[in-house]
Amino acid sequence: MSELLLSAKSLTKRFGGLAAVNDVSVDLHRDRIHAVIGPNGAGKSTLTNLLSGDLQPTSGRITLNGTETAGKNPERISRLGLGRSYQKTNIFLPFTVWDNVRLAAQSRERHGPWNPLRWLSAASAMSEVNRRCERAIELAGLTARASTVAGTTSHGEQRQLEIAMTLATEPTVLLLDEPLAGMGQAEAERMVELLLKIKKDHAMMLVEHDMDAVFALADRLTVMVNGQVIASGTPAEVRSDAGVQAAYLGEEH
Amino acid sequence: MSSPKAQLEKLPRSMQVILLLGAIALAAFPLVPLTGADFYLQMLSQMMILAIFAMSLDLLQGVTGLVSLGHAAYFGLAGYALAFLTPADTPISLWWSLPVSALGAGLAALIIGFFVVRTHGIYFIMVTMAFAQMVFFLFFDNKALGGSDGLYVNFRPDASLFGWTGIDLENKTTFYYFTLLLLVLVYAFLRRLLFSPFGRVLAGIRVNEHRMRAVGYGTFGYKLAAFTLAGALAGVAGFLWAAQTGYVNPELMGFHMSAHAIMMVILGGMGNFAGAIVGAFAFEYVMHFFKDLTKHWQLLMGTFIVLIVVFAPRGLLGLVAQFSRKRGAP
Repeated sequence: MSELLLSAKSLTKRFGGLAAVNDVSVDLHRDRIHAVIGPNGAGKSTLTNLLSGDLQPTSGRITLNGTETAGKNPERISRLGLGRSYQKTNIFLPFTVWDNVRLAAQSRERHGPWNPLRWLSAASAMSEVNRRCERAIELAGLTARASTVAGTTSHGEQRQLEIAMTLATEPTVLLLDEPLAGMGQAEAERMVELLLKIKKDHAMMLVEHDMDAVFALADRLTVMVNGQVIASGTPAEVRSDAGVQAAYLGEEH
Repeated sequence: MSSPKAQLEKLPRSMQVILLLGAIALAAFPLVPLTGADFYLQMLSQMMILAIFAMSLDLLQGVTGLVSLGHAAYFGLAGYALAFLTPADTPISLWWSLPVSALGAGLAALIIGFFVVRTHGIYFIMVTMAFAQMVFFLFFDNKALGGSDGLYVNFRPDASLFGWTGIDLENKTTFYYFTLLLLVLVYAFLRRLLFSPFGRVLAGIRVNEHRMRAVGYGTFGYKLAAFTLAGALAGVAGFLWAAQTGYVNPELMGFHMSAHAIMMVILGGMGNFAGAIVGAFAFEYVMHFFKDLTKHWQLLMGTFIVLIVVFAPRGLLGLVAQFSRKRGAP
């Protein structure tokens, strides 16, 4: 097995009496795509939010690139090498595609808000940031749209932009929350291609409803229902799991 | 077609021309022989000072998306700083009293900001106002700090440098040009800052702070730095105000003064600093116009602001941009 980059052990998140995520463990390895599937309300997005620091776990441990991250805030976790995209498109709508990605790329510069040199230099002249930005935009296939205002691009392009912004921070671990949500056939196929392209060198967790995409991409699969893992393994193992068929796959296929 | 939320960060050519003409007009004004010139010089100086104040607020309100309803606190504190620094019988040197007053206002903003920038939306508005009211009453209720009557600034600051006395701020025309110079400098600084790495982060926070954190920005530090800087620049304006009027009172840090600044920024157009300048001049002009018309001028002023917000939500600059686009200009 390749290098383990993120390991979550027995994660639990309670909202009052409801355990949205209950005793869930996930391991993400370099060059591997780990898909998490399950019906609506299974706790997939909550799990993503726990790993990214958007939510704090009630209990459990998360190790990211050798650092314990449970309880840390999102910006710390991002800087430790985790990049995430959102189920509901979460971009800077009034900015151009370029400025969206450039801002994400700039976050990896070391200078903070109290450095007066950073008040007077030109943001557009940061060559290292521009290089990273250009690479991420090209990888996501948005080069032709770079100067378009993000709010006026198509839904599919906004989903690509989500990925480009995530890539611009050069993460080692990627959490992608339904990157194919709301996409047409052609757009979805392009996105699957993109995900295969960025699979190398990243440990990826993919939350997705599109089963064709999941089985095309995933090296491992975790099935969640009501906040709990009911099966985990290779796609073939999960597909033949009787419990999964009853709880989930049976309804949709 | 730009998104409706775009804030004219990059000023169209038509607007740059208007600003340049405005600056030339301001620079040329003292050369015009006019009866009652002193009155107009003083009024224009005051407008320029308020324009600096409005720009400092725009850094928070228009750029970062933090609507502070207590920004006058920092304006007033710097004015009081000058009042306390100036001895009873001799002027104080401009060259250290201005930096000290502005830094003092910035320090107050840093301390208050440490508490307030944690809050969001309506809570931010309420908490900034609450702190400003605390500062207001600290001075209002305290005889040692001048109380409700305020304090006199007996002399304008002395701008002589190593024995050179070329700048005499007691001279109204000189003071006018000094204020104009600071207006231009602050504007140039803030325009540059807007497109700096720091400024881009502030704009990102306005649009989507959640995503900024997700890509790794510690937004708290950025907002605190912006709040501090805005406080210090408001301090520059407050210092000039106190120097010009020779008098400070708690009203300078009051609720009305804070609201005044917000309305000037909204009137001109937010997020590009040019709007704040245009808004400050327009607001003062319209206010004087209504004051001459009727003693119920506040009623007219209120109606005017409502009309602007309804028909020109991006302020006067937004209107200009709309017209110049219709004519096919860039």
